Order: sequence, then C-alpha cells, then structure tokens
Amino acid sequence: MKLWLAVMIASAGCAALKLAGFVVPARLLDSSVARRVLEALPVTLLSALIAVSVFATGNHLMLDSRAAGLAVALILVAIRAPFLVVVVAACATAAGVHAL
Amino acid sequence: MSEPPHDLDVTGDASRRMAERRIRNRALTIGLSVTPFGLSFGAVSAEAHLSLVQVCLLSLVLFSGASQFALVSIIGAGGSYFSAVGTALLLGVRNGLYGARINALLRPTGWRRFLMAEVTIDESTAMAVSETRSGHSARAFWSTAVSVYVLWNVSTIVGAVVGNALGSPATTGLDVAGPAAFIALLAPRLTTLRMRLVALGSGAIALISVPAVPVGAPILIGGLAAVALLLVFDR
Repeated sequence: MKLWLAVMIASAGCAALKLAGFVVPARLLDSSVARRVLEALPVTLLSALIAVSVFATGNHLMLDSRAAGLAVALILVAIRAPFLVVVVAACATAAGVHAL
Repeated sequence: MSEPPHDLDVTGDASRRMAERRIRNRALTIGLSVTPFGLSFGAVSAEAHLSLVQVCLLSLVLFSGASQFALVSIIGAGGSYFSAVGTALLLGVRNGLYGARINALLRPTGWRRFLMAEVTIDESTAMAVSETRSGHSARAFWSTAVSVYVLWNVSTIVGAVVGNALGSPATTGLDVAGPAAFIALLAPRLTTLRMRLVALGSGAIALISVPAVPVGAPILIGGLAAVALLLVFDR
C-alpha cells in the first residue's frame, strides 16, 4: 500500500514539475533577463548532468572508464565527427577500458 | 514527409530533407541508447518487488529515467519511501526548468502543452536546443520524444519480465552514451569562450557539491549557479 502511494506521489509530482515550465505566462518569458536565463539553462543543466553522470556515483566522485569515453567524445566532437560515430566510439572506449 | 520537390527553392528543399534525415537518425540513436537503461530499470524494479503495473505506470507517467531509477533503487535498498520520493522529485525539478525553455521556444497552446510537458526530458530538450539555428526545433523535440518514449517503455517491460539481458550499462560502455550524445548536441551552443567557461563552471560546481548534498541536487546547483555567473559576467 505504501509502495503504491510512493509510486503515485512520485509520478504525479514529477509530471507536475514538468508541467510547471509550461504554465509560466508568455509575457514573463519575453523579458530580456528571462530570455538569457532560459537560453543558457539547458546548456548549463546538461553540462552539469554530463559531469555528474561521468565523474560521480551517488555521493562519491569517481574516475573510471566513463572518463575515457568522455575524452573520446570530446575529441571527436572537436573534429566534427558524425553524431553516431561520437556516441558509438565513446561507448566502445568506455567498454574497452572497463574490461581492462 | 516525402512530397515531391515542386517549388523552385531546390537548395531549401534539399537542406530541409537533410535536416529531416539528421534528426530522424539522431532521435533513433538516442532512443536506442536509453534501452539498456530501460532494461536495467525494469530489472531493478522487479527486484525491488514492484508489480508490473507499477513499473509500467512509472515509465508511462513519471517518464524520467533518473527519477525512476532513484525511486526504485532507494526502495530496493531498503531506504525510506520519503527519501525515495524526495530524491525522485528533486531529480525531476530540472525538467520543469527545461519546460520553461521549451515553452518559450515552441509556444505550445491548449492540450498540446500537457503532451509536450510529459515528454520534456534531457534528451528531447537537448535535441530541440541543438536545432534552434536550423529552425527545426519542433521536429527535433517530437522525434526524440516519441523515439525515447516508445523505446523506454518497451525496454522497461522487457527488463521487468525477462530481466536485464544486456548486463550492466558499465560493461557495454553504454553508461557514456547519454553524456556523449549530449556533448555532441551541445557543441553548436559552445562555440564562444564565454559559453565554454560557463559550461565547464557548471560541471565543476556540480561535482564540488556531489559529496555534500543529496543525490539530484548537484545538477541543479551547477546549472543554476552557472546561469547566475553568466548574468554577472554580462553586466
């Protein structure tokens, strides 16, 4: 019963959080500060997400095979490799280093 | 999608078709890259004694990988329901922030807002913002949303019923599929030194906070602090 409650609250809560950004009145989105903040937000949040998903596990900082995959991805992006090549090469590198 | 090229604007038509192909391929790649996590999520949920209905409900309604994983992992490890739900919600906050950006970018109205909100996640947002200059943000958003939604839900069910056949995402290196894809998608936005510093700053602040704050908070702390720094820079 408690499990059901947890599933329901988490689902409803996360769906509501997603909706929050869509009920902001349009005039608030158009101010110059809001525009700058909103344009930068996905970039900064995704950068933080990349850092945390590569260099952390739970509450611990980690340096493991994921870092090698990230390094390869950065190099390939810098030389403008195709999207699929970047993703596949990063995974292959991380898998290779993990197997060592 | 494949109407004959009848107008004189041949280059425009060709570049549009190129963009359509690029977006379709990327959306499919991203969708496929979430399936190992879907399998793993399904398997972890089954081990945590969630019923198939509960697992499916999470993937259909909550639909946010990080929050779903946090919820079932904490419950599975015997943690409190309070901290499980709290962590899932904390991880869900960034979707609301993405939502404001997608809202400003695509301006949905009426019922479309609800549909769009439900599929506003890391992947669909990253794809939408990577196509702002090409003018194909809406297509990029929806293609990715559909691809990830379908493949996430299918892989979740498979994972819950037959277990995780692929093994842990770390063994296959698929744990870096997401970060690699996001870097490729962010690249067009990181052409200036200023934005590169802001992105690095965001990652650094997030990592510094990792040992000190609850799981889920570092991404928000890094992301918001970096935006604040950007505003200060620009003054």
